[in-house]
Amino acid sequence: MICPKGGTFVEEERHAVTLVVNGRAVTEEVEPRLLLSHFLRDNLGLTGTHVGCDTSQCGVCTVWVDGLPVKSCTVLTVQADGSEITTVEELTHDGVPHVVQQAFQREHGLQCGFCTPGALMLSAWHVDHYPGASDAEIREALDGLICRCTGYENIVRAVKRAQALQEEAPAAMAGQAREEASS
Amino acid sequence: MAMEATEIQPLGKAIKRKEDPRLIRGQGRYMDDIVLPKMLYMALARSPYAHARIKAIRLDRAYEVPGVVAIITGEDLAKMNLAWMPTMAGDRQMVLATGKVLFQYQEVAAVVAETRAAAEDAAERIEVDYEPLTPVVDPFFALTPEAPVLREDREQKNNHIFHWEVGERDATEAALTASPIRVKENIRMPRVHPAPIEPCGCIADYQKSTGKLTWYVTSQAPHAHRTVLAMVTGLPEHMIHVISPDVGGGFGNKVPVYPGYVCAVALSIKLGRPVKWVETRTENLTTTNFARDYHMTAEIGATEDGRVTALKVTTIADHGAFDAAADPSKFPAGLFSIVTGSYRFPVAFAEVDGVYTNKAPGGVAYRCSFRVTEASFLIERTMNTLALRLNIDPAELRRRNFIRPEEFPYHTPLGWTYDSGDYEKTLNKALALIDYENLRKEQQERRARGELVGIGISTFTEIVGAGPSHTFDIMGIKMFDSCEIRVHPTGKVIARLGTRHQGQGHETTFAQVVAQELGLSASDVLIEEGDTDTAPYGLGTYASRSTPTAGGAAALAARRIRQKAAQIAAHLLEVSPDDVEWDGVRFVAKGLPSRSVTMSEVALAAYTNLPPGMEPGLEATYYYDPPNLTFPNGAYIAVVSIDRGTGQVKVERFVAVDDCGTVINPMVVEGQVHGGLTEGFGIAFMQEIAFDQDGNNLAPNFMDYLVPTAVETPRWETALTQTPSPHHPIGAKGVGESPNVGSPAAFVNAVVDALSPYGITNLEMPLFPWKIWEILHQHGLAL
Repeated sequence: MICPKGGTFVEEERHAVTLVVNGRAVTEEVEPRLLLSHFLRDNLGLTGTHVGCDTSQCGVCTVWVDGLPVKSCTVLTVQADGSEITTVEELTHDGVPHVVQQAFQREHGLQCGFCTPGALMLSAWHVDHYPGASDAEIREALDGLICRCTGYENIVRAVKRAQALQEEAPAAMAGQAREEASS
Repeated sequence: MAMEATEIQPLGKAIKRKEDPRLIRGQGRYMDDIVLPKMLYMALARSPYAHARIKAIRLDRAYEVPGVVAIITGEDLAKMNLAWMPTMAGDRQMVLATGKVLFQYQEVAAVVAETRAAAEDAAERIEVDYEPLTPVVDPFFALTPEAPVLREDREQKNNHIFHWEVGERDATEAALTASPIRVKENIRMPRVHPAPIEPCGCIADYQKSTGKLTWYVTSQAPHAHRTVLAMVTGLPEHMIHVISPDVGGGFGNKVPVYPGYVCAVALSIKLGRPVKWVETRTENLTTTNFARDYHMTAEIGATEDGRVTALKVTTIADHGAFDAAADPSKFPAGLFSIVTGSYRFPVAFAEVDGVYTNKAPGGVAYRCSFRVTEASFLIERTMNTLALRLNIDPAELRRRNFIRPEEFPYHTPLGWTYDSGDYEKTLNKALALIDYENLRKEQQERRARGELVGIGISTFTEIVGAGPSHTFDIMGIKMFDSCEIRVHPTGKVIARLGTRHQGQGHETTFAQVVAQELGLSASDVLIEEGDTDTAPYGLGTYASRSTPTAGGAAALAARRIRQKAAQIAAHLLEVSPDDVEWDGVRFVAKGLPSRSVTMSEVALAAYTNLPPGMEPGLEATYYYDPPNLTFPNGAYIAVVSIDRGTGQVKVERFVAVDDCGTVINPMVVEGQVHGGLTEGFGIAFMQEIAFDQDGNNLAPNFMDYLVPTAVETPRWETALTQTPSPHHPIGAKGVGESPNVGSPAAFVNAVVDALSPYGITNLEMPLFPWKIWEILHQHGLAL
């Protein structure tokens, strides 16, 4: 059962890629087949991004690639060469959580937390770009996400609350959000 | 800052979750986030056939893949006495196939390599010569003499697993014969899958120098898994350290021990290196614990005015190739005997026959509370049929037959003693919320305009909190649960429990229970679960048992602490222990309300200023053996309309009123209900793990196994009534699974109601649009 040849590990053909991940430039040599989701998790240790399926349905791997929400399990790392990537770890910027993070907590928009990073990246992008979206529009925007715990109702409520928080007082909000999320 | 009374009496408050700050930052720690030095990755080679003999397995091409370290087959495991493992149902299950395969995607060989990719490459290059055999897909065919015998390892040369029955067969038959009204319905609950968004996996880390195995595993029952692993591998239990880290949903899928786990452990022991195994979604859906697959026939007897007289149920249960149904050992059909539901049946009889087929093992999962989903669906559907037959409003028929509040504790004809309930109150609340009377009028008007509109009711009784030690055990271990609470000198608390949440909020809600009992703020209590070296032994979290069992243990352990604390308080207040009273937040000297001490002050004294002779410290443990289960209930009402062009059903409204006794955190309960109703919606309208005649799995991934997104999922309207459990320390009942148990019948009853004017009394789930479309065409209703 032990490998008769001793299992000497041989490096596969690799390509150098440079990505800006959460504001920092990263240069690594990767196999061309390496998925971005695995690159983020295994190579960079950014394990907030999760993997929940093998057919691009669930969206729990969603990150921003050049400012757009993208399922990172469906992008090769070499394709993302030169791109700017933002993951859930960067949503809390300079210690200040994004309004959606605070809103998910307040509205109980998460339970097991496994879809949450993808849900947050999708929701944050939507709140930033469509601040006045209706409930139906929010549900359409979340169509690329599978959550098994919440039944979505509280995620929709959280996005609505995040819209309100965003609109209310962006500056004052930042301080409050920091306080709340650290409690 | 002085603490508010609300802060130190947190029970019943919608406190924000303690889990969330880490989870919203991507700082949860799930199994696959963990990386250990020198860790290897494992992948499994799987069978493309549902039933075939293995003629040969060739590994040469797999070994050529750079980075491969080892490959094992069933024959290697046989030498370690690990080729088969015991199941919770008392059967045995292949770890890696030896001789033949019995379901598609079954585990055939395990590869470990330096990278995930190398392991997968090598698994694909394993060559197996199969000799295909006739697969058995239909459980009714499985019981015929023509069917091939699947399990050649068994003494019994047939595909029958067990016969189980409860109640009085002859008396039930006699009562049915004597009943002026009889309705009979065939009711199938198709095979579905819980599909937690995080698949299953583990890291086995065996240290040859110490002989200790550390096992990180996606587990709902880490202590039970440690015991099972000790029995399977022969490793001593104190040298197995099981850690169930953050779990990305379980839904019953993470209760069993899977072949992949055992392979990873065997390989780590062999190699002395950590071995990580993470299954794919396809592997999860095709090989791990499925749910349902009950083929039932029900007959109800009744009087002309709709009083039920008898219930008879016959069931064929498709268990797949191995009986690995996760049941308490005396219950091969789980708690299916709750099938008389919320109604006063004088007599009843139920029987279940378990059958082997060429499919993956499982059966008990997906918020089923040990087959209560099947039982509730059956009785709520058949009561609907009875209402149609008698032309009585389904709400009124239920009201006539409800067990009345004053009859509790109520003994059912199938052996349960329901603890408490006020079914009519719960139903009335739901009827009021949805404005039932007007809704029925509106339905008439819409029907007159040619619309297909239906209203469906489900008034279910759950049975959760297994369970009392005289009846309930898992592989011999009694189904208690436990809590250990330690109060530190500054009045801050760590409490650990034998349960393991997978998102249900235990870190928050158990802190509320402990804090309430100790007069502290919930923020002063840290809750931990899932580490078998530190947490007290418990049976885990499934079947909505956490609040009934560990919740009881938490309250009683805290009360033990309070007993000792009262003596310390007396010492501090310089009064006799008899003269100290607990007012809910502090100890007070009787008759002298101005003289009091808080739990924090007592905690400090427990380490600094003790009465003479008293043991220092302030902590307690409680292993709680519940006297009975808890019986939460609910009244659910669905309103649907059917698109006559497409067959698409739209859920226009859904009202769910749940009664789970004392509510610990209404926000968390509401979230549980939303999630469970969404599962029930998926089961009713979208989900089935179906097989073709060759035994090919037709829904092996999320392309075909449909999980609702935010777009399909209806809005949920929820409310609570509170009828406490009289035997539970804080009056709380379980609730997590109620919404899945109760909702499928409401959905199907609503669609049947929409089509009942055209003679339709029964529909089989899932209610796919194409299926409804065909019915519309058959009945001339299609646009």
